[in-house]
Amino acid sequence: MSLLELDDVKVHFPVKRGVLFDRTVGHVYAVDGVSLSVEAGQTYGLVGESGCGKTTLGRAVLRLTDITSGRVVFDGTDLAALPDEEMRRTRHRLQMVFQDPLGSLNPRQNIESILAEGMAAHGIGANREERRERIVEILRRVGLPAGALSRYPHEFSGGQRQRIGIARAIVLEPDLIICDEPVSALDVSIQAQVLNLLEELQDALGLTYLVIAHDLAVVRHISDRIGVMYLGSLVEEAPSDALYAEPRHPYTRALMSAVPVPDPEVEDNRERILLRGDLPSPANPPAGCRFHTRCPWRQPERCDTERPALTDLGDGHRVACHYAAEIADGTVQPIRDLAPPVLRDVPGVPAQAGGGEEPVPAAS
Amino acid sequence: MSLLDVDELTVAFAGRGGPDTRAVAGVSFAVDQGEVVGLVGESGCGKSVTSLALMGLLPKRGVTVGGRAVFDGTDLLSLRPSALRDLRGSQLAMIFQDPLSSLNPVVPIGIQVTEILTRHRGLRGAAARKEAAALLDRVGIPDPTRRLKEYPHQLSGGMRQRALIAMAVACAPRLLIADEPTTALDVTIQAQILELLKELVDQQGTALLMITHDLGVVAGLCDRVNVLYAGKVVEAAARRPLFADPAHPYAHGLLGSIPRLDAPRGDPLNPIRGSINDRIDWADGCAFAPRCDFYTLDCLQGTPELAGRAGPAGADDEADTGHRVRCVNPVTTTSEATEAAV
Repeated sequence: MSLLELDDVKVHFPVKRGVLFDRTVGHVYAVDGVSLSVEAGQTYGLVGESGCGKTTLGRAVLRLTDITSGRVVFDGTDLAALPDEEMRRTRHRLQMVFQDPLGSLNPRQNIESILAEGMAAHGIGANREERRERIVEILRRVGLPAGALSRYPHEFSGGQRQRIGIARAIVLEPDLIICDEPVSALDVSIQAQVLNLLEELQDALGLTYLVIAHDLAVVRHISDRIGVMYLGSLVEEAPSDALYAEPRHPYTRALMSAVPVPDPEVEDNRERILLRGDLPSPANPPAGCRFHTRCPWRQPERCDTERPALTDLGDGHRVACHYAAEIADGTVQPIRDLAPPVLRDVPGVPAQAGGGEEPVPAAS
Repeated sequence: MSLLDVDELTVAFAGRGGPDTRAVAGVSFAVDQGEVVGLVGESGCGKSVTSLALMGLLPKRGVTVGGRAVFDGTDLLSLRPSALRDLRGSQLAMIFQDPLSSLNPVVPIGIQVTEILTRHRGLRGAAARKEAAALLDRVGIPDPTRRLKEYPHQLSGGMRQRALIAMAVACAPRLLIADEPTTALDVTIQAQILELLKELVDQQGTALLMITHDLGVVAGLCDRVNVLYAGKVVEAAARRPLFADPAHPYAHGLLGSIPRLDAPRGDPLNPIRGSINDRIDWADGCAFAPRCDFYTLDCLQGTPELAGRAGPAGADDEADTGHRVRCVNPVTTTSEATEAAV
C-alpha cells in the first residue's frame, strides 16, 4: 500500500471584498482535484511553473493549509479528519524542508536549540544530553561539524543552512519528507551537494520524499515518479524515465523543450515548442482543458468545453488530454506547424485567436 | 578591433574598518559586433559587478574601479558622467534580472518607454507614443496601445521583461548587457525571452553580453563564454569546445554538478566540494585550489596566468583556438583527481 494517497484534493482560497462585510466574490482554485499516491521509500516529484499550485498542495498534505475537499490518506489514516492534537502528534512522521533556508530558520536560535525544539515537542530523547547526542549524530550525517551546535543560522552559507533544514526534518525520524524547492536558492555546485545528500539519506534511512520543484532537470534527477501540474491539477504523471522518453501531454512536451540543456550539440538540434503568452489566472481558469488557451495542438471541439480526466494509458502513465493518443501517433498536428521546427513569436504578427495570451492581471 | 574590449577590470569595495573586498580582480574579455558573449559564474564571482562597472552604475563613494573598458575607441571607465549618459541608453543598454524592481511602480509603462525616446532620439508627444507602441509590439506584447497606459504591476513577469527589453532596444544599441534576464521567470517564459533576444541580435546585429549562472542558457545562446571564479576569468572559449572539453577544474566541476534533463535517472552528480569563500585572494595562488580535485603544490606558486590551451591530443594548433585557461594543471581526459588533497 502507498504511504501517502491523495484523493481528489481541492484547495480553494476565497477572494474577499468589502469593508464591513467580507463578501466572498470568487475563489482562487489553487489546487483543483489532484489524486496521486506516493509509494514508501520512493521519491515523487511534483513539477510545475509558479502559480500551478504545487506548493499549496505540499502544504495541504501537512495540513499547514486546510483542504476544501478530498482526502489525504497517510499510512492508512485520513489526515484531514484527524483531531488537532492527534495531527500534532503525527507531524513528526511528516516533515518539511523549505525553499528559503534562511527564512525558515529562526535567526535568534542556535542550531542546537532549533533542532532540539521539535525533539522536545515530540518527546524524542529523554533529556538534554540524550538529545544533544542525537543532534550531533544527525549533524554528522548531513555533513556539518559538531561545532555547529552553538552557532547561529547567519554564520552558515546557503548550502549549509539547507543542510540544517534537512537535519531539522530527519532528527524527528520522519517517514515522509516534503521538500519544497529544496535547491532552487542554491548555486549549482552546492545544488549537487544537497541533491546527493538527499539521496544518501533516503538510502540510509528509508525515507520517502515528495519533492516539489520548478526545475524539471532536478526533479527528473531524483524522482522515481513525476507528476506535472498546470493550473491546479495534474496534466501528466509517469515514471521518471517514461515521462522523459515519451511525454504525452502538450504542456509536458513544451516544458521539456524549454528546459535549457548544458550541451551545445543538444541545444542546436532540439525541437523547441514555444508556448504563447502566460499562465492564466487560477482565480478565473479557462473552461474545458485548462491548457487549451496556450496549447499548440488545440482542437476546435472538446478542448474548450470538456475538462479531460487523468486517464491511465497503461504502464502507470497517466495523461489528462483528449487527444494524447492522436498527438502521439501524429494524426493531430500542432497549429501553424507546416514543417518549421520552431513555433516562435514573430514580432508584428497578430496573436492567434483565443484569450490565452492575456497576462494575469495582478490584483486589479 | 572589438566593439568592447575589457582589460584587467578591477572593482574593490571599501571594507568597513577591514580590508577591501575585491569583487572583480582583473577581468579581461572582448565582445565583437553582432556576437553573443557569456559571462558565467556562481553568486559572488563578480559577474554582476562587472556589468555595473561597464555601465557606470556603481556608487562613486567607497568603490575603486581600475583597468580599462574600451567601447568603440572610448574608455568607458574614464568618461565624464554627461558623456556616459549620452552613450548609456543609446549605444549601450542593459536589461536587469528583476523586471519589477527595475521599473518605476508609480509611472505607466508608456511614460517610461517614451522617456528614452525623448532623451536620445528627440521624439515627443504623439510621435513618441507611436514609436513606443511599435516597440512593445516588436517585443511581442499584445495590444500595445492599451499596455502603454498600464502600470508595471498590471503586467505579468514575462510582459515586464519584454517591456524592459523594448526600452533597452529603443535606440538600437550596439551593445546590450543582459544581467540574468530570465532568472526570475518560468521556463516556458524563459524560452520566449531567449528566443526574442536571439532574434534581436540576428536582426539588428547588436552585440549581447549575457550574464548568467545557467550553463544551459549559455549552451543555447552564446558564441563565446567566459567562466568567472572569484573575480577572475578562469576559462574562456568558444561555446562548443568549452562544453565538449572544459579545461579548468571549476568549469569541469560545474558541468558535472548540473542535473541534466537528458541524463538517465540515477546518473550520479559530481559536485564541487566546499563552497566559495568570502575573502579569496589570488595573490597566494589559485583561488579555486581549496575546492579543487586536481590540486597540487604548484597551485600555490602565485597567480596562474590565463594561457592558451593545447588542443585535444592529436590536434597541433595551439593558441589559435582561443581556448584559454587559468590553471597550472588543466583537466585532460587522463587527469586523475588527487583524492582528499585538502
